[in-house]
Amino acid sequence: MTCVSAPTPVELDQPETEDLTLLERPWVTIVWNDPVNLMSYVTYVFQSYFGYSRKKAEKLMLEVHHDGKSVVASGSREEMERDVQAMHEYGLWATMEKSG
Amino acid sequence: MSEGFQRRRGGGAVATFTGFEADLLRSLASQLVELLRNEVAAPHPGDDPLEQMLDFSGPTTEPEDPVLARLFPNAYPDDEEAAGEFRRYTESALRDSKARAAVEVIETLEEAGLPVELAEDGLVVDVELDAEAAGTWLRSFTDVRLALATRLGVEDEDEDYWAALPDDDPRAHVFDIYQWVGYLQETLVAAVMR
Repeated sequence: MTCVSAPTPVELDQPETEDLTLLERPWVTIVWNDPVNLMSYVTYVFQSYFGYSRKKAEKLMLEVHHDGKSVVASGSREEMERDVQAMHEYGLWATMEKSG
Repeated sequence: MSEGFQRRRGGGAVATFTGFEADLLRSLASQLVELLRNEVAAPHPGDDPLEQMLDFSGPTTEPEDPVLARLFPNAYPDDEEAAGEFRRYTESALRDSKARAAVEVIETLEEAGLPVELAEDGLVVDVELDAEAAGTWLRSFTDVRLALATRLGVEDEDEDYWAALPDDDPRAHVFDIYQWVGYLQETLVAAVMR
């Protein structure tokens, strides 16, 4: 899960570390709930593809199930395009957007 | 009735199907291959023949068929241009990998003894999948289920609706198949889950 701090005004001579984090991981991959995919399979996909622990994969799966969607990865635009394509290959409904 | 997949020693999974069940799985996978390869993932043709010949890129607009639209969702819901670019670079590869997965299911069933034309009563098809093949089958089961559910119009928590359909409604039969593939998938996930 990403945790992005609110943008703060940046003074030119004093870059803030939070902003650096934001710049490095500016995009997110979102997996949406659908009526078809099995909860066990969604957990399996998060473990197999992202290498997440069973616990983390189940937590994300339950977010998708209960909240309708979950941010499952963050990173550069290219990385997120790769992840979204992989999710589509697994049959999950995934989209990407700028974080924050 | 097949009891679904069971864990295989050393990884992967095994299952035993009746000839009828194996034939049904092959038929579902074949329909998927046909759908994926039928509506060609081609770019919109331009007027310039040279440009056409040099254009190796994929489509930029969402497929018209609702099943294909579900299999290849819009990656950027709020940005049509970026969505088109993403589709151009990914849809052909995705179509190909999904079709290849379905073909692998068909080939595995046939290598396990399913004849081209099912004639014999009492045929038993034993399928053995290593971990990688199990992953391929899981993805293909998903595609088959997405296709069936999209055609049926399955929604969240609508089991009562489907259960109440009269037996002679063809959708009741399709829903049974959809649930059966879901059962097989559930057992296959359980067999390979770490």
